[in-house]
Amino acid sequence: MSILDVRQLGKAYRQYPSELHRILGWFGLGRAPVSEHWVLQDVSFSIAPGEAVGIVGQNGAGKSTLLKLITGTQFPSTGSVAIHGRVSAILELGMGFNQDLTGRENAFHTAGLMGFSRDVVQEHMPDMEAFAEIGEYFDQPVRTYSSGMQMRVAFAVATAFRPEILIIDEALSVGDAYFQHKSFNRIREFQEQGTTLLLVSHDHQAVRSVCNRAILLEKGRLLKEGNPNEIVDFYNALIAEKEGDDSTIRLETLGDGTVRTISGTGEATVISIQLLDTKGRLLEIVGVGDTVTLYIKVKVNAFISRLVLGYMLRDRLGKSIFGTNTHLLGRELENVQAGKLIDFRFTFVANMGPGSYSLSTALHSTRTHLENNYEWRELAHVFEVANLRHAEFEGCNWMEPSIEIR
Amino acid sequence: MAVWRFRHFILSSILNDFKLRFIRSGLGALWGVIHPLMQVLIFAFILSHVMANKLPGIDNPYSYAIYLMAGTLCWSLFAEVMQRSLTLFIDNGNLLKKIAFPRISLPVITAGGVLLNNLLLLVSVLFIFVVLGHFPSIHLLWLPLLIALTLALGLGAGLVLGVLNVFLRDIGQFVPILLQFVYWFTPVVYMATIIPEHYRQWLALNPMYTMVEAYHDVLVFGRMPDWWGLLPVALLAMVLLGLAMILFRKASPEMVDML
Repeated sequence: MSILDVRQLGKAYRQYPSELHRILGWFGLGRAPVSEHWVLQDVSFSIAPGEAVGIVGQNGAGKSTLLKLITGTQFPSTGSVAIHGRVSAILELGMGFNQDLTGRENAFHTAGLMGFSRDVVQEHMPDMEAFAEIGEYFDQPVRTYSSGMQMRVAFAVATAFRPEILIIDEALSVGDAYFQHKSFNRIREFQEQGTTLLLVSHDHQAVRSVCNRAILLEKGRLLKEGNPNEIVDFYNALIAEKEGDDSTIRLETLGDGTVRTISGTGEATVISIQLLDTKGRLLEIVGVGDTVTLYIKVKVNAFISRLVLGYMLRDRLGKSIFGTNTHLLGRELENVQAGKLIDFRFTFVANMGPGSYSLSTALHSTRTHLENNYEWRELAHVFEVANLRHAEFEGCNWMEPSIEIR
Repeated sequence: MAVWRFRHFILSSILNDFKLRFIRSGLGALWGVIHPLMQVLIFAFILSHVMANKLPGIDNPYSYAIYLMAGTLCWSLFAEVMQRSLTLFIDNGNLLKKIAFPRISLPVITAGGVLLNNLLLLVSVLFIFVVLGHFPSIHLLWLPLLIALTLALGLGAGLVLGVLNVFLRDIGQFVPILLQFVYWFTPVVYMATIIPEHYRQWLALNPMYTMVEAYHDVLVFGRMPDWWGLLPVALLAMVLLGLAMILFRKASPEMVDML
């Protein structure tokens, strides 16, 4: 049983010879449209209750249109959306607020717009006020608010009542860090209570860590659907591909079923990655706080005027832990001849929390991989970190404290 | 029924609108009363000597002012609801684009807001009537029906044009001009009797002529309105409201795209 069913959904903007023909068209008269511009085509998926689904894609890929069709503010040209439950959408926070009314009055009004009765809103009002945490401003006109304060009130109202489906469009990237954490916690709470989540975000960390599934939209079509790490990696590769025409995206399935994405034009390629201890021995498990050397062997297949190698450490959820490259470290190579083998050794102290980590590598020519992407390799190497020598601790980073008690 | 489910929202929207006008200006919604009454004062001042002798059937030194107020009460209701329905969808474009809610709430909120303003004007007008020594008759009880009819007529016409206005924005520019015309072809400022007989039959094609005359009957002359004359107006109002509903249904899928 799914809570949301999207079938062959499509949205077209039609251009008519004149607007009069559009109006006549409603009654089967007038001329046919001169042009049709499809922003979304043949998108089908369904979501089970309690799932968290991320939608990724470039600007103009149709993400926001898809959300608007699901919330019902826009009407599809083809296909259908079936929803079984109450939807709350945070499409653009703070909108609909009247600048001359107070936060409290606006909260009343907006909750009314969501279809709640005055009594119910009254009952939840203390919660909203407490969640927004804007103090006396709650009874001041909204025009005196900062944008962050407006967004706090808006988020408090939008999430005052737990919906069956919560739709969020980029809303989480606004506001200060404290409130972002707070909103994330509320979303997590909802999720635990069974709310289905649909999230559009350019913040891929959020997609990786919150969602259990992701959908990639490209030019109005559903390009790929699956595990969020896999989809975000594929999306990154796709962006890199846009820059160089002759690059390819390759997917390799690893032993445990995860998918490694490799993309790039191939002038240079990583041929081996190893983690070594201080004596040069291969490490299977890295101890917390150990000094390790990341040894990356690169083969150059064609002449490259400028070569940069970068790597990124990610945790189990795909969250970035640390990343750098030889450009940032001031050691880029110039005029590298074809056929050359280069050894890179990065030595660092692994002050990481215990757990499973992955390593991605990138070979490119400048600061980022967006220009001349020779090779981009996700999940290039996976390794474990275990706490072998230190006292037990929580978290993703080992920060040994010195302690003093008086 | 969506309107019932969203009654709290509709009610709070109407009251918010009302409250906002007091927040933005000291006299707030009272300006909605002052404007038409000032217009009455100006016309009364300029035209009372020209018109005073031509108002048979009422015995009051301020008869022309009373006549003007009755007509203005009807006209301002019609004009305000029509103008606000005309830009209803455009004004609420942002809301329609971002939030899914029963769209039928919007015309209901508009109608409610306009009605509230008009009731304020009605109370003021009745108060002035009493001060001027003009006590309305029992036929005043017909007034709620006439108000409902005027509201329906203005809302119907305004919504038909309002839906089309989203697609053909020239309509929004043209309608105020049209309203000016209709105003002067409606006996608000003058008496229908000053129009030569053979032109007067054409005046009857204007539904607002019938409406304003019914207001005059009830408020000025203290007699029963001409129900047979009002019947076609009521039918027209129903047809316009029905047409507005059909147009809105047909336009809905594309409306948000154009806002």
